[in-house]
Amino acid sequence: MADSGYDEWIAAVEAGEGYYLECPEGHGSLPPRRTCPHCGALELGEEPLPESGTVETYSVVHVAAPSFQGDTPYATAVVDFGPVRLTGVVRGVEFDDLEVGTAVGVTVEEHETTGDPVVVFRRR
Amino acid sequence: MTSVRVAGVGLTQFGRHPDRTGRDLFAEAAFAARADAGVPRQDIEALHYGNFMGALAEHQAHQGPLVAEAAGLSCPATRYEQACASAGVAARQAIKDVRNGESDVVLVGGMERMTNLETAEVTESLAIAADELYEVRAGITFPGAYALMAQAYFSKFGGEREDLAHIAAKNHHNAVNNEFAQYQREVSVEEALDSPPVAEPLHLFDACPITDGASALVLVSDEYAEEHDVDAPVEITGTGQGGDKMALQDREHLAQTPAATKAAEEAYADSGRRPEDIEVAEVHDCFTIAEVLALESLGFYDPGEAIGAARRGETTRDGDRPVNLSGGLKAKGHPVGATGGSQLVEMTRLLRGDHPNSDVVADAEVGLTHNAGGTVASAVVHVLEVVN
Ligand SMILES: [Zn+2]
Repeated sequence: MADSGYDEWIAAVEAGEGYYLECPEGHGSLPPRRTCPHCGALELGEEPLPESGTVETYSVVHVAAPSFQGDTPYATAVVDFGPVRLTGVVRGVEFDDLEVGTAVGVTVEEHETTGDPVVVFRRR
Repeated sequence: MTSVRVAGVGLTQFGRHPDRTGRDLFAEAAFAARADAGVPRQDIEALHYGNFMGALAEHQAHQGPLVAEAAGLSCPATRYEQACASAGVAARQAIKDVRNGESDVVLVGGMERMTNLETAEVTESLAIAADELYEVRAGITFPGAYALMAQAYFSKFGGEREDLAHIAAKNHHNAVNNEFAQYQREVSVEEALDSPPVAEPLHLFDACPITDGASALVLVSDEYAEEHDVDAPVEITGTGQGGDKMALQDREHLAQTPAATKAAEEAYADSGRRPEDIEVAEVHDCFTIAEVLALESLGFYDPGEAIGAARRGETTRDGDRPVNLSGGLKAKGHPVGATGGSQLVEMTRLLRGDHPNSDVVADAEVGLTHNAGGTVASAVVHVLEVVN
């Protein structure tokens, strides 16, 4: 099953060419999107995703849905990249070392349970 | 504009009924509400019904007409799906239906059947209340999403797991006398703290259980109540609904719930009441942190101040403003699509004086219910009052 807009975005992040959508007012959002969710502008352009973001909040998940059961325990986080925030799995950071403000970059990797692509943050 | 009275209320026992069909659960609650109201079934002009995951759990969509039939009704029946706020929005539409003169008598409520699924399947089903592309595929579960909010709250305002454990202990204590509650037993602060982690900082006893159950209310116009001599001492005087971005990452706030703030402001304006008028509240504590966020959105506390409310004894049964005297979702149970209706049932009984915990708020005349959908991308608030 294809999800136009999202699939291309995942592929771009995986290739190290992540982007977000920007409206003339400077609001950021993620595809698929026909209008700016903040101001309703119809003119959306692609801008490169900043290289580094900071962890805004995180959790270590012990009980997962079936599609992530083989990954537990895993850390998830919402990461602030400035114009947009992203949600994903944190890898390469000891759980005890993870904190609000940790600087991370974003990539796409396979997750262990199904091999599907997942947004991954690694420390920069 | 006509005012809306609660003529009758009904619940099933909340808990594990894995072998009972959804239609049977709802019929039981509807029969109880009709019997309580003493209103003939032919007078019911519409059914507004909440359900979230019936298409997954029972392979049954289009439940409106199905459960109307089971409840012995022959009227238009509509299902509302708004995640955990499904019955809250159903009630709001029912209230509008009576207020605008479309109907004089309506049945409203909800049902969820959950325990026939394995826990992992329930986890997956509940997760679809989050953003599929940007949250679920990133490994977010429903407890995981609230854990992100809890951690954001701790980081921004402070607070610790022990504050949350006091909320769990309080709500379990309140459920001991509630014959409809799933867990009529005490949980100590230590027991809550020692329970296994689900999504840190949330542990098992920070989370509501998986529950089957149904709720129903008969709402009537005050003209109908007067004309037919219906005993309906509780009026719904305020209704409000708010919305927010679907995914947490797109919200302005991770440690506040503006959708509930908007819903509360609307309900206060509608009823002419203010936060300080509310004497007792039933709020959406699907996780202990959710109760904290609710109390702040409702204007009972400033942002960052509600975390210690249970620990300080302000929201306990002997506090100034008891919260979740039913046991809350935490101990009463959370059959998702039935929950918003069950809060209205519990509040009606508390205000009428026939709830096992009514003596705690013997003089209370103004109560509030707060029902949240997903990670509060939607919220519904109602104000209920005793009319003389
Ligand atoms: Zn914009």
